[in-house]
Amino acid sequence: MLELANVEVVYNEVILVLRGLSIEVPDGQIVALLGANGAGKTTALRAISGLLDNHNGEITKGTVTYNGEVINGRKPSDIVLSGITQVMEGRRVFGELTVDENLICGGITIKDRNQTDEAYERVMDLFPRLAERRKQVAGYLSGGEQQMLAIGRALMASPKLLVLDEPSLGLAPKLIEQIRDIIVDINQQGTSVLLIEQNAMMALSIANFGYIMETGKVVMDGDAKKLLADDDVKEFYLGLHGEDGAKKSFKDVKHYRRRKRWAS
Amino acid sequence: MAKLKLNFSEPSHVIGVSLLIGGVIFSVYELVHDPDIFVTTLLKSLALGSVYAILALGFVLIFKATEVVNFSQGSIAMIGALFISFMVADENLPIVGFFWEIKNPIYSLGGPEWLMWTLSVLVALCFAAMLGLVIERLAIRPMIGEPLFSVAVITLGLEIVLRGFANDTVKIQYRNINAPWGTGGFKIGSGFVNWSYFAAMIVAAIAFVAVFFFYRSRMGIAMRAVAHDQEAAMAQGINIGKVFAIAWGAGAVLAALGGLFATQPPVRQTGAVDPEVSLVAFRALPAVILGGLDSVQGALIGGLIVGTAEIYAGQYLSGQTAWLGSGYPLIVPYFVMIIGLLVRPYGLFGTPEIRRV
Repeated sequence: MLELANVEVVYNEVILVLRGLSIEVPDGQIVALLGANGAGKTTALRAISGLLDNHNGEITKGTVTYNGEVINGRKPSDIVLSGITQVMEGRRVFGELTVDENLICGGITIKDRNQTDEAYERVMDLFPRLAERRKQVAGYLSGGEQQMLAIGRALMASPKLLVLDEPSLGLAPKLIEQIRDIIVDINQQGTSVLLIEQNAMMALSIANFGYIMETGKVVMDGDAKKLLADDDVKEFYLGLHGEDGAKKSFKDVKHYRRRKRWAS
Repeated sequence: MAKLKLNFSEPSHVIGVSLLIGGVIFSVYELVHDPDIFVTTLLKSLALGSVYAILALGFVLIFKATEVVNFSQGSIAMIGALFISFMVADENLPIVGFFWEIKNPIYSLGGPEWLMWTLSVLVALCFAAMLGLVIERLAIRPMIGEPLFSVAVITLGLEIVLRGFANDTVKIQYRNINAPWGTGGFKIGSGFVNWSYFAAMIVAAIAFVAVFFFYRSRMGIAMRAVAHDQEAAMAQGINIGKVFAIAWGAGAVLAALGGLFATQPPVRQTGAVDPEVSLVAFRALPAVILGGLDSVQGALIGGLIVGTAEIYAGQYLSGQTAWLGSGYPLIVPYFVMIIGLLVRPYGLFGTPEIRRV
């Protein structure tokens, strides 16, 4: 179980981004972490995976524990070894390497060849499209294929917990559905998933539990089904209004008339 | 590799193609006219090209992992050659041998001269790798995540420091390399071929094959991943420090090998280490840039092209020194590089950045 307890993260020693974030990801579940731009979702991911150093960030308070062990302050490679891998925001595949080579990079921490071979087979089963394009340079894949590659790469280390940062970013609705189904598949094969998303509908439809973040802390949490039914969530994240849940037209949104003169 | 499309409305392409055609016509003419000189010149240029290729491979290895052009390659080459000289001529261990006399144990074992020499050179290369590791740990690793320009300037500073160390502290003055192939050779008609030409070619071939296969290994793939996106590589659990260390260690070994052959004909006739050795790496720089900074094949082909151009210009334009000046072969590599870059701005084999349209 991954547990963040009262985590505070400061960038450049002045910018306080996470103000006491506490979330839990129990084994075998999908947990969604939702929030608007700048809420600190990606920072939370960096706090988990040990990449804060690259951005001059630091955990000033609180702890990140995984299966009872404190993992904040560890090197990213150690965290991968302990069973947490991530799919970074914006896919970040190695564009100049082929699909196969990208996957090898994903399994680089695993010394046991049999294990990586197994993981490779599993990735190829999950993503038949990648199997077709094994020898192709990753930079020339389509956005959806690159996202599949990024997920496949993270699976190569046979993680116990997979953290996905905005897997729906920049993808067509059809592809988002496909990615969503894949996440469910991965979860059913026994990997717990922390899904960091802006697309609340997609995330909550598959998650067991959800957290909603705003300005660095959790403002609401609960069962995913309960969150989906919540009026505030509906209004803020799903764009739905009223008891019947009808979509609201922009025409009806109340606008305030702008002042016509400069205040003197 | 993207295909080269010729465009004859582009002046640089016309210059490039006409030079190529002119070169072929000239070669055929000279081959018929005076085959002895032509063949010896060819061997000589292949040898020089091999030396450039070895040095260029060192540049490529470090660039491909760290995105930094290592300007200190020249002095690492010189100090590497110095290590070799310490091991084989003084029969003394390098680094510690600068200060105390510690005998090289290999020569006390006895055995055939060439075998002891080769083993000693291998040990010296290990010392060169250690030098590369130390430089990486002290000067490069703390700069991870800083602008690449700063790191490049650090390597420039290292060049000066290392050269100063070698020149003033160790006082290198024509230290011998005692190469087993000696300074001898054989004659083809009126041309002369040194044995060292073949040694350079063989070592370049081995280095090329080794580097080529290294990039297909797991570690090599990790190295390329680091070059492409450091943070994403870290997120996969790739140990960046280890990758940098391997790149610098291997780069220093290649530099030392280049330094060894930079003391031999055809680069220099003395067969000894002197301060000029460090300048040879800068003559190899056009080869790397022409071939493409991130390409192993590019280093080999670029080195051969530049070496060939330099030797042939020296051989066949020697009647023109009145207006060309006597040192003109040295600028030929840069001339070739400029024409090459006009045709392909990222080098002959360099990868233009891959972007999805």
